[in-house]
Amino acid sequence: MATSYLPSDRGSYAPLRDYELGAAYDEMFRANGRPRSHYKPLYSRLLHLPPEELDRSKREADLSFFNQGITFTVYGRNEGTERIFPHDLLPRIIPCAEWELIERGLKQRITALNLFLKDVYHEQRIIKDGVIPGELVYTCPHYRRQMRGIKVPRDVYVSICGTDLIRMPDGQFVVLEDNLRVPSGVSYMLTSRKVTKQIFPMLFRKCGVRPIEQYSQALLSTLRSLAHEGRANPTTVLLTPGVYNSAYFEHTYLARQMGIEMVEGRDLVVHDNIVYMRTTSGLQRVDVIYRRVDDDFLDPLAFRTDSSLGSAGLFNAYRAGNVVFANALGTGVADDKAIYAYVPEIIRYYLGEDALLNNVETLLMSNSSHRKHVCQNLHKYVVKAVGESGGYGMLIGPHSTAEQREEFRSRIEANPRNYIAQPTISLSTAPCFIDGGRIEPRHIDLRPYVLFGDAITIVPGGLTRVALRKGSLVVNSSQGGGSKDTWVMQN
Amino acid sequence: MLSRVADSLYWMSRYFERADHCCRVLEANYNVLLNPSKPSREQRWLRIIQSLGLEVDHKLGDSQATTQLIVQPQNRSAIVSCITSARENASQVREQISSEMWERLNQLYHQVNSTPSSPEEDLQAVRLLSTFRDGAYKFYGVTDSTMNHGQGWYFIQFGRYMERACGLSRLLDAHFSASSGADDLDWVSLLTSCSAFEAYRKVHTADLAPDRVAEFLLLNPEFPYTARYAADQMSIALEKIGELTASRRNALSDRIVGKLQASLTYVQIDEIMERNLHAYLNAVLQQCQDLHSAVHEVFIDYPIESAFEA
Repeated sequence: MATSYLPSDRGSYAPLRDYELGAAYDEMFRANGRPRSHYKPLYSRLLHLPPEELDRSKREADLSFFNQGITFTVYGRNEGTERIFPHDLLPRIIPCAEWELIERGLKQRITALNLFLKDVYHEQRIIKDGVIPGELVYTCPHYRRQMRGIKVPRDVYVSICGTDLIRMPDGQFVVLEDNLRVPSGVSYMLTSRKVTKQIFPMLFRKCGVRPIEQYSQALLSTLRSLAHEGRANPTTVLLTPGVYNSAYFEHTYLARQMGIEMVEGRDLVVHDNIVYMRTTSGLQRVDVIYRRVDDDFLDPLAFRTDSSLGSAGLFNAYRAGNVVFANALGTGVADDKAIYAYVPEIIRYYLGEDALLNNVETLLMSNSSHRKHVCQNLHKYVVKAVGESGGYGMLIGPHSTAEQREEFRSRIEANPRNYIAQPTISLSTAPCFIDGGRIEPRHIDLRPYVLFGDAITIVPGGLTRVALRKGSLVVNSSQGGGSKDTWVMQN
Repeated sequence: MLSRVADSLYWMSRYFERADHCCRVLEANYNVLLNPSKPSREQRWLRIIQSLGLEVDHKLGDSQATTQLIVQPQNRSAIVSCITSARENASQVREQISSEMWERLNQLYHQVNSTPSSPEEDLQAVRLLSTFRDGAYKFYGVTDSTMNHGQGWYFIQFGRYMERACGLSRLLDAHFSASSGADDLDWVSLLTSCSAFEAYRKVHTADLAPDRVAEFLLLNPEFPYTARYAADQMSIALEKIGELTASRRNALSDRIVGKLQASLTYVQIDEIMERNLHAYLNAVLQQCQDLHSAVHEVFIDYPIESAFEA
């Protein structure tokens, strides 16, 4: 990694002097001391901003997060210790033209994936035409045979999607994975925006940042658009697993922003295949459920019998067409990491177009020659379990120990279908404010949120996730990641 | 409004009021303990133990014992436990209360929770209590000024005054059942526990008579820390809740609260004292308990079948 620093005449701001550019694409600098044009306003602001002031802003923001309860609970030694959600103050900036390409790519992708889901649960043309092996579909841990033949409103299976994009060393955005079940993190996108607006008001105006505050409104319209026709004033609710869920803050935040009830499974009652919630005025019918509970836990009668997070009879009511879930059940088949490898084919098959956003090269371990090659070169690859998310069940070859590699090798051999491998990619870096007043590069990704109802809505930007540990490539919040605000420029 | 939400708001409010009540009582007790007088120190602490259900380690000094009752989580009625429970209930309904309410409650929780239970210095208990009291006033303030005065707010009101009626009855009972040798300072302490000393003097002058004190704290309709006022407020809250839920099923709760109100309105203190204050206070507590159950059954945990019959 090339170590260099800015000559002191280039900038008097000491904390930026030790900014090391590595092999990865850096969002701010083209070369040492030479910011990209869309980062110039931030760069010059940083040159004139005393680090103490940034430090003070950071502490103020932390305190406000703490008091608002934007925290997660750390389990272990000191039971019930609360930590704030880690966030970085410096915005990540995306130029207008780049965003337009991303937007078009995401729209194309979600359209194709919804067509794929409809096909998989109905005619299965794509399997019959030999584009995707049927075996691969049926062996998905998240394939739900209960969904076969069930009509979902407007044929929209995925109404809320969070797609993880990364930037390659050559500057190109590619899709790392799709989250089509219950993507989270959007509340951090919205709260980070509030903070940066307070800290960099002038810069914000100068950059012409496109707004994201309309997200909750758009989410509500999307949910309402799914209600069955004939239900004039549909009751929409958010279903949460409850206060112990790590995303509970987000659930309450979104429910309050949309002005809808947040219910738990125990608030719901199903009678004659109609879903009601128990209110102080009696039972009230529910039409649309924005569920933040996984498929498996929704209905103990249809799925896991030991779950108490959902409500008995929900699935029958759903099948009878009396209630709508967003997202639909069984969408996990399309974000399975082995199916992911086929998404470019899926796009071509249904839309007759080439994918606008590329995939990361992915090797299926069910293919024996790929498996042999990967198992011999595990130190070069990232290995992932197909049905997992949140950074669990993953091996990062270059950062792993011989022991871990051996463990994964035997896991892969035991169940090849369950694993895929991807070459280790150096995610792009962006400047982050590190304790002690320095600014250092950290690896980041981008998760835009796509809403699919009457139309496709994507609020500009999304959640930029940061691997806050130096050199780390893992951005998941469950694994020491944080967030930063994402600015998409007007022009 | 979801039944579970109403229930959480009610309990949030009850626990908060309990913490607030505990704070007042401890503060008054701490002050009265500073004076030498006839009732022994143990006798005075006994009142606290009886009325709040707290356990006190008599080996400790007054200041340390007081601090323990504020911050020791093993003590279920200690302020810290009540605040934790209030916050837990609030966190279940984060989207229903205003952000200001949550932030206040959260701040108070962190404040009390981060205090070490073995005090460094004598003044810590006093400081903690007065910080807490300030925080509580702020919480009540934002509750009244930043939240819709709709159904949720009325459940909060109902919980608050339910807890107040119960706390007051227990406190009066403890003071009067162990009143032998009580001097003026003890009666002042009782009034101060209810922030009522100034208000009492405006009505009865500084002339402290036990019957008058009991009358004031039980039957005065104008002062917020009296049983009568609490009953009136519960009645108003239930009437509003009934209106807002268009519910015709609350006949039972109406009847109970009406009886309680009537008893506190038309009874005279001489009658109570002649018969038995202890019995009267117990009857008030019992009616509160019945009212709680009735409301729970009508609005929170009603049988599903009954909902479909309607």
